Amino acid sequence: MAGLTHASPIAEIAVPLEGRPRRISPGFEAWRKFRRHRMAVASVVILALLAAAVLLGPLVWRLPINEIDFTARLSSPSWEHPFGTDDLGQDLLARMLYGGRISLAVGFAAMTVAIIAGTLIGAISGISRGSVDAVLMWITDLFLALPQLPLLLLVIYLFRDFLKAWLGPEGGVFILVVLVIGAFRWMPVARLVRAQFLSLREKEFVEAARALGATTPRLVLRHILPNSLGPVIVAGTIDVAAAIIAESTLSFLGLGFPPDIPTWGRLLFDAKDYLDIAPHWALFAGAAIFLTVLAINFIGDGLRDALDPRKVM
Amino acid sequence: MSEPLLRVWNLTKQFPIKAGLFGRQAGSVHAVDGVDFNVERRETLGLVGESGCGKSTTGRCVLRLIEPSSGEIHFEGKNVRRLEASALRALRRDIQIIFQDPYASLNPRMNVGAIVGEALIIHRLTKTRRQFEERVVNLLETVGLRADHMGRYPNEFSGGQRQRIGIARALAVEPKLIICDEPVSALDVSIQAQIINLLEDLQQKFGLAYLFIAHDLSVVEHISRRVAVMYLGRIVETAPARALYTSPKHPYTEALLSAVPIPDPKVKRQRIRLQGEVPSPIAPPTGCHFHTRCPIAQFPLCSSETPALKQSADGHWVACHLR
Repeated sequence: MAGLTHASPIAEIAVPLEGRPRRISPGFEAWRKFRRHRMAVASVVILALLAAAVLLGPLVWRLPINEIDFTARLSSPSWEHPFGTDDLGQDLLARMLYGGRISLAVGFAAMTVAIIAGTLIGAISGISRGSVDAVLMWITDLFLALPQLPLLLLVIYLFRDFLKAWLGPEGGVFILVVLVIGAFRWMPVARLVRAQFLSLREKEFVEAARALGATTPRLVLRHILPNSLGPVIVAGTIDVAAAIIAESTLSFLGLGFPPDIPTWGRLLFDAKDYLDIAPHWALFAGAAIFLTVLAINFIGDGLRDALDPRKVM
Repeated sequence: MSEPLLRVWNLTKQFPIKAGLFGRQAGSVHAVDGVDFNVERRETLGLVGESGCGKSTTGRCVLRLIEPSSGEIHFEGKNVRRLEASALRALRRDIQIIFQDPYASLNPRMNVGAIVGEALIIHRLTKTRRQFEERVVNLLETVGLRADHMGRYPNEFSGGQRQRIGIARALAVEPKLIICDEPVSALDVSIQAQIINLLEDLQQKFGLAYLFIAHDLSVVEHISRRVAVMYLGRIVETAPARALYTSPKHPYTEALLSAVPIPDPKVKRQRIRLQGEVPSPIAPPTGCHFHTRCPIAQFPLCSSETPALKQSADGHWVACHLR
């Protein structure tokens, strides 16, 4: 499958558009450029496989995630348990497939929260200048300076029961974890976006649009924001990785999901005491996180290049 | 005489310099310091001066891209400085601007059709998609580009072509006055000529007036009917182009003109070399701004009193105590 996707862009070059000038839509143009970015295309495939595995895998691999079998404690990978077992003899493949859903969902949802909040605050700050800018940047600095773990503790203790009662144990914790991670990761995005805005708003093409009579929302949406998103996309891909890892920290401290929900981060932390006698336990969960993060980073790179009309590939 | 298209008098712009922890104002840059000029319909007024003398700031103040500190700007009798947001938007259908750097003045993420047609959308000048495209194609052809350039992005064009796109964008609203902010100084000499010729053709065709800002005297001589010379935020001399170039009155203009190269190596002439640097606009000299470098200055007159623009010949205005 991967071989096919590698071959296709080359095949496309061999069939040029017959010299006839044809209007190419920006979306198609972006897709054409994205396809040339081999690592990004491969990463999309890998990420799609991972997503398919965690979504559909539990339907195929039907071993229960919590069946305790002391006769098979810490056994290495075998046909019976392809990823081995943990210290209670639970099947690691089943646990990873189940936990992956939560890890991936948390990663993407927290990134979305962080990017939306960061872009909004950075954009408002960068376009308004003056006192609004100063206040928003104070808030940003405040969040950066806050000791995060004690605050996380506080927030989660305050709201966990309320959200659990409202949305059920898993849904409540999910929303809480996503919001908390998002709330502590928007600051770098806000600063990036603000810095981009400050430099872009002085550019001549923005001045030209003002001279044409463009309103401020139009300036922001059509001229400034599209030109400031490159670094944001890259920051966003790094945030997915950071969110997956942050979730595992929270779970480890007993603040995230309950210990019986085997997210990838949770598996890693549980495995760390057995690294010398059962390395497979940490290896597969670690590899899954590693692959996800790497794939998302490449996709981010590819997206940034594909969305930039200046890049000729 | 009828009301000129654009009348500017006593225009000043000071940029505050903030210093210290609390943004206390430590001083100000006197970029434009009491400038008067008129632009008539269908004429080109050249505005020349060296870098940092306030030419571009003056141009941007007219469009209120930069908010002037004081002074009056009247366009067709309307007081530009008092316009509300919506009236200001309407004004920008009448006055447009072309920028110096054709690489920085086009949004790299918009294709040419979207760039040129943006004003049509902002001011709702076309009703249907079809009308929009026809108008954009028409504009592109007016400036010497082709219809199939519409879907391309600015990075696919050369500097001269990009400048044409910038001109097409300015023409979209059918303006009466275009502020040309050094439109050719970033281009090759051969391309400069093409763009100048294009600007002249467009002036003929659409009856445009230009405020042509430049530091290249020969370019300005070619295109302008009248020329104003700026030094350190003030206009020191205004005259019909021919009169200014053949018989400059102000010592600064004389020095400036003597620095224009003559394309004939055998011709010898006396060059007037000014001593020293342009003084800082943060603390401009008292009296006449030019007295610190003027070869004929008389003290204490020139260092204490600001000379006003006086008419010395028909349409030839000089701000000098001694000429």
